[in-house]
Amino acid sequence: MIKNGTRLQSQVCDTQVIVVRSADSLDDLRAGGAPLVPVGSDVDGGLSIDESLAEGNLMGKRYVDDAGAEVLVTKAGKGTLSVGSTPLAIKEAKPLPASD
Amino acid sequence: MSISLLLEMALANPERTAVVSGQLRLTVDELSALADGGAGVIAASGAEHVAYVGTGGAMLPLLLFSSARAAVPVTPLNYRLSADGLRTLIDRLPRALVVVDDEYRDAVGDAGVRVLSSAEFLAAARTAEPAAEFADPDSVAVVLFTSGTTSAPKAVELTHNNLTSYVMGTVEFDSAADGDAALICVPPYHIAGVGAALSNPYAGRKMVYLTTFDAAEWVRLVGDEGVTSATVVPTMLDRIVKVLETDHATLPSLRTLAYGGSKVALPLVRKALSLLPHVGFVNAYGLTETSSTIAVLTPDDHRAALGSPDEAAARRLGSVGQPVPSIEVQIRAEDGTVLGSGETGELFVRGEQVSGRYTGIGSVLDEQGWFPTRDVAYLDDEGYLFIGGRSDDTIIRGGENIAPAEIEDVLVEHPHVHDCAVVGAEDPEWGQIIVAVVVPAADITPDIEDLRSFVRGQLRGSRTPDRVVFRGELPTNATGKVLRRDLVAELNAEQSTSKEPA
Repeated sequence: MIKNGTRLQSQVCDTQVIVVRSADSLDDLRAGGAPLVPVGSDVDGGLSIDESLAEGNLMGKRYVDDAGAEVLVTKAGKGTLSVGSTPLAIKEAKPLPASD
Repeated sequence: MSISLLLEMALANPERTAVVSGQLRLTVDELSALADGGAGVIAASGAEHVAYVGTGGAMLPLLLFSSARAAVPVTPLNYRLSADGLRTLIDRLPRALVVVDDEYRDAVGDAGVRVLSSAEFLAAARTAEPAAEFADPDSVAVVLFTSGTTSAPKAVELTHNNLTSYVMGTVEFDSAADGDAALICVPPYHIAGVGAALSNPYAGRKMVYLTTFDAAEWVRLVGDEGVTSATVVPTMLDRIVKVLETDHATLPSLRTLAYGGSKVALPLVRKALSLLPHVGFVNAYGLTETSSTIAVLTPDDHRAALGSPDEAAARRLGSVGQPVPSIEVQIRAEDGTVLGSGETGELFVRGEQVSGRYTGIGSVLDEQGWFPTRDVAYLDDEGYLFIGGRSDDTIIRGGENIAPAEIEDVLVEHPHVHDCAVVGAEDPEWGQIIVAVVVPAADITPDIEDLRSFVRGQLRGSRTPDRVVFRGELPTNATGKVLRRDLVAELNAEQSTSKEPA
């Protein structure tokens, strides 16, 4: 299982995420249809974005799946975050005011 | 995950200013580079713990992140303690590297395994070989000593996971706009100081430090640095309000002002709200053991309560709001029964940010992970949390339990009362009697009977203060907590003296 705190990047768009809460499902985490790889590792230049998974994602937002996995977008990109072909859902949280 | 990651994430905006502290200004990139070097200094020292004695500023985020990157816990200590007090606490830390501001250098002596001045640490961090260990997320990141106003200081252990859960659960990453700035005047040894040093970089917000609080200087800094948010303790808010009244400063850049640390009297909150109508007020409630904030009364909550003709809604101005999403709360009776809304008992909380673990004592969480706060509290029908003070402060008069806060809340609304604390003094007949210690409003000598009947008119007869005494000010610690134990000791001493035969 991927470790909490692991930073991953897309191979087909600008997306970068950090794993906030890991689950086995994240072994198949993708952006724009292509598997995410650790930040700084080699990218397969032959891959291209899957146009059916190109809804994009939002900077600073957290995305979750049904297995309890949670990732945070640290750099937004064009690809949809998904596990396999199932898109992750945005975790809606009412922002709190700064308190300390 | 490690708190170090919060700073790594902040590197999304490397050129943004991270810290302004006196003459020192650091971008996120510079702070991160210094933290790498600082980690190298710590690793090379062979220390198992870092202690910091000083007023904070840039040193706090620097030492928090340096220690995290060296995978060693850090403890900011109360620099106001005596030399003996400091050394006793440092001796409780394993093989500590002590970093100390120059003015406290003598007090520290040769405590720990090595002592470096803050300037020496900073200089060494600029040139040291960087280190970057990966701390175990369940290892201890920060140890804070409780203030010890009610018992000997306990060493609260906060893990990386406790702290990152708090930050990620309550703050939206990179949510600050370019130019947002937080003014921080909470001392480094207070959990809110630690919280600020972690959550502001994560939000992408510049931190402006005011290390020695002065209300006029605070007002000046808000203007000069375009401060958009700030956090203060009650005594600071009181002084700021006085300056605003005389200077007619309006603080146009300020958007949110959080207050907390201990209870703020409602008349003061109302006055602050009326002086700063454009500012969103935030009441934050939390404990050291819960990695800072666990409940928040938001700006919208303040506005709703202030304008409401409904009594229950209006009362919420005196609540600490609703629990943050990542925290569960329960109110329990003495026998452990979970109570419903409107019923007063002890507050229990649960969540990943809750540590409840002390060095030498271990975890005080129950089997289901609940932490006993020792605060008396109730929830209203809408889930707003009301705190009635520490259970240790409960007055037991003739077998009846009386929460001082109940009486204080009434008394402080009297126009002749500026501030007050209600405590239990020893009494041969009742065990304890209720003594109201009152700081009168300026240039007024309140009538004692008038104050007593004011309370009697709103609360049960058994809540009427037996005695009312006047003081020029209440004894408080640096973070505004009233030192009730001192008041009780003073009153008991007076009582026994006055009873001696002439």
